Amino acid sequence: METENKETKKLIVSANPHIKDKDTVNKIMWLVVLALMPAAIAGVYFFKSRALVVILLSVVSAVITEFIIQKFTGRNITIKDGSAVLTGLLLALVLSPLVPWWIAVIGSVVAISIGKMIFGGLGHNIFNPALVGRAFLVASWPALMTKWLIDGTTGATPLGLLKLEGIKTGYSALFFGNIGGTIGETSAIALLIGAGFLLYKKIIDWRIPSAYILTVLVFSFIFGQDPIFHILAGGLLIGAFFMATDYVTSPITSTGKLIFGFGCGFLTIILRLFSGYPEGVMFSILLMNAAAPLIDRYTRLKPFGYRKPEEKKEEKKAEEKPIEIKEKDIEALKEKKPEETPKVEEKPEEKEEIEEEKKDEPKNERNA
Amino acid sequence: MKSFFGGIHPRYNKITRKARIEVAPLPKKIILPLQQHIGAPCSSLVKAGDVVKVGQKIADSDKFVSAPIHASISGKVLGISKMPHPTLGICDAIVIESDGKIEWDEKVKKRENVFGLSKDELKNIVKEAGIVGLGGAAFPTHVKLSPPPDKKIDTVILNGIECEPYLTCDHRLMLEHAEKIIKGLQLIVKVLEPKQCYIGIEDNKENAISLFEEKLHSMEIKDIKVVRLKTIYPQGAEKNLIYSVLKRKVPTGGLPMDVKVVVQNVGTAKAIYDAVYEGKPLIERVVTITGSVKEPKNLLVKIGTPVNELISFCGGYEGSVGKLISGGPMMGIAQYGDEIPVIKGSSGILVQREEITKDEERDCIRCGRCVDKCPMSLMPTMIMQYAQKDDFDNCKEYFALDCYECGVCSYVCPSKIPLVHWIKYAKGELMKRKKK
Repeated sequence: METENKETKKLIVSANPHIKDKDTVNKIMWLVVLALMPAAIAGVYFFKSRALVVILLSVVSAVITEFIIQKFTGRNITIKDGSAVLTGLLLALVLSPLVPWWIAVIGSVVAISIGKMIFGGLGHNIFNPALVGRAFLVASWPALMTKWLIDGTTGATPLGLLKLEGIKTGYSALFFGNIGGTIGETSAIALLIGAGFLLYKKIIDWRIPSAYILTVLVFSFIFGQDPIFHILAGGLLIGAFFMATDYVTSPITSTGKLIFGFGCGFLTIILRLFSGYPEGVMFSILLMNAAAPLIDRYTRLKPFGYRKPEEKKEEKKAEEKPIEIKEKDIEALKEKKPEETPKVEEKPEEKEEIEEEKKDEPKNERNA
Repeated sequence: MKSFFGGIHPRYNKITRKARIEVAPLPKKIILPLQQHIGAPCSSLVKAGDVVKVGQKIADSDKFVSAPIHASISGKVLGISKMPHPTLGICDAIVIESDGKIEWDEKVKKRENVFGLSKDELKNIVKEAGIVGLGGAAFPTHVKLSPPPDKKIDTVILNGIECEPYLTCDHRLMLEHAEKIIKGLQLIVKVLEPKQCYIGIEDNKENAISLFEEKLHSMEIKDIKVVRLKTIYPQGAEKNLIYSVLKRKVPTGGLPMDVKVVVQNVGTAKAIYDAVYEGKPLIERVVTITGSVKEPKNLLVKIGTPVNELISFCGGYEGSVGKLISGGPMMGIAQYGDEIPVIKGSSGILVQREEITKDEERDCIRCGRCVDKCPMSLMPTMIMQYAQKDDFDNCKEYFALDCYECGVCSYVCPSKIPLVHWIKYAKGELMKRKKK
């Protein structure tokens, strides 16, 4: 009995549920890192040790930056959760293999400090940290950031070749690799393997990448470009599957995800075709990141069985009506009653209308 | 396969699914809280020192939404005092000491002419037997059987889903008392006169599905149909079950009768059978004792039995106890101690070890899993964020009040945020405001 009393004294009391899924933030982050491995390996295969150095420097400095900031500000050290590793890896994959070593370090420091920690750490940042790092580098050292390597010599990216010289790179080179570009974007197939893994594991949702890629497909066709080329070239695939799908900086509603993907795709094409830069993936995602909270607000879900406030009012009026009639004519009330009941039957249809309206929303956004 | 949207597939751990229902030993004393149901609390009809018999009505209320309480053992009333309660924390309760015998009240008699009973007589029997929904919510059954005249009921659904992990009391009841459940359901049908009647069972209870199909066939009942439903939590939640079976959506803040449906639990149907055919009021129910106890069991328990007596009967605790939960792991309530009694709505007692109750909480990473899986299509993370800032206007904007606390959001959260906790907090504050 004594032992029993001891045991019952320290019972834990908390709100339900009392069992939880095994997935944790750490597991998700490390799985995304794993999914980026094919692209990283392809990068190292094509660009040799230069790429490996950039990747390692970037990852290590991201982790060290996070550690120092958390230590300095007295927060929990969370470098084991994989998010800093992921940010460093993503940044490296969108850098050219020709960048000097200090570019990778500065990029990572900026990505972690200004991209993430300044907002309060993981979960609070507005912009994709890796892209913040890259944007900083592009703005500060544009010449260093646009030197590319192809077959052992410097060259241009397929998008650059198309924009400046009108040369179109072949599909197979784009698909399997060995093109000028960043470490991670060189091989489409490596990226797709990783993306397929994340989709299969349900780490990422299909909506953002699908909307993104489809929009690029449609608009490049409309503007008389080769749609397949625009999908395979540049950072579109890594952007659509690994950057735009970042949980923290993308909307959480399903409709919101579609709008977000559409916005990214539309801005990418506009920037690729009409701006001074050959590539538009980075800025389009950063711009849509800023819009994500707003998109969430306007695509707020209606609960299951939701009735519009007007419907409720109408119902109340309907309830009141018989009383008015009562004063005039009691018989009329008896006749009215059967009319009230079909109202309930109508409800499922009305709800479908609400759902249809929801589906229409992205279209409205497009017009705007 | 019929289902709703959202939901999860937790590990079911139905370790007692093959354990036959055993009769728990007669308790030394029982604690009968005066409120075991939704509605008005009862007031006691007995006082300290009175001698009561099994099945004797000892507490009642003159309010319509309430249910009387009956002595589940014979013995002496020790007194009426504040006692621990599994859902309310603390509540006035009648404490009865057993005389070691089982002396039935003389009013408890088998009924011969069941088919001659009128609807009102049936409703009155159900009310007098103190029957409430045995699925957990404990809503008085006679209220459900008396829909207002303008709400015609066209469908009755019997809930044999039991989607809570660990719990097997309904499953065992269905396997061992199928005929009684069907007869109880026929009485519900007689009162409500619906156009259609379904028994909903999840497809992880294949033996129950085939047993009921067989029984309905051999009893030559054609107007009751078994519906096989997808195994997914929370399939057994009333609103989701109605959608799965009929594709009707219960309006927010509304009741199933707003879409012409009444849902009853299989245990309730069995209780109705006992009350009408056997004349027995609701004094016992099946409870699953499971988790970290030496011998997990399904027990037929006298209502009011203290949980610690049941746990000793199951061989005691195994390892150091972290949590003692009244109900299942998803919606059950963690208790402060094991002196709580089994009440009408208790479907299970789950003991968890200390190790598995610890989680490290992180900030929300906006993965959206809670939003995707919420069976009410709410946005739990948004409600949580506003609740943390005491911004209850925005909690209401995100429909906090439509949450029925199924626990799916907290379950899937990779950051291990106790979302239900925050939503409950917001709901509590919003309800307080409403009252003002």
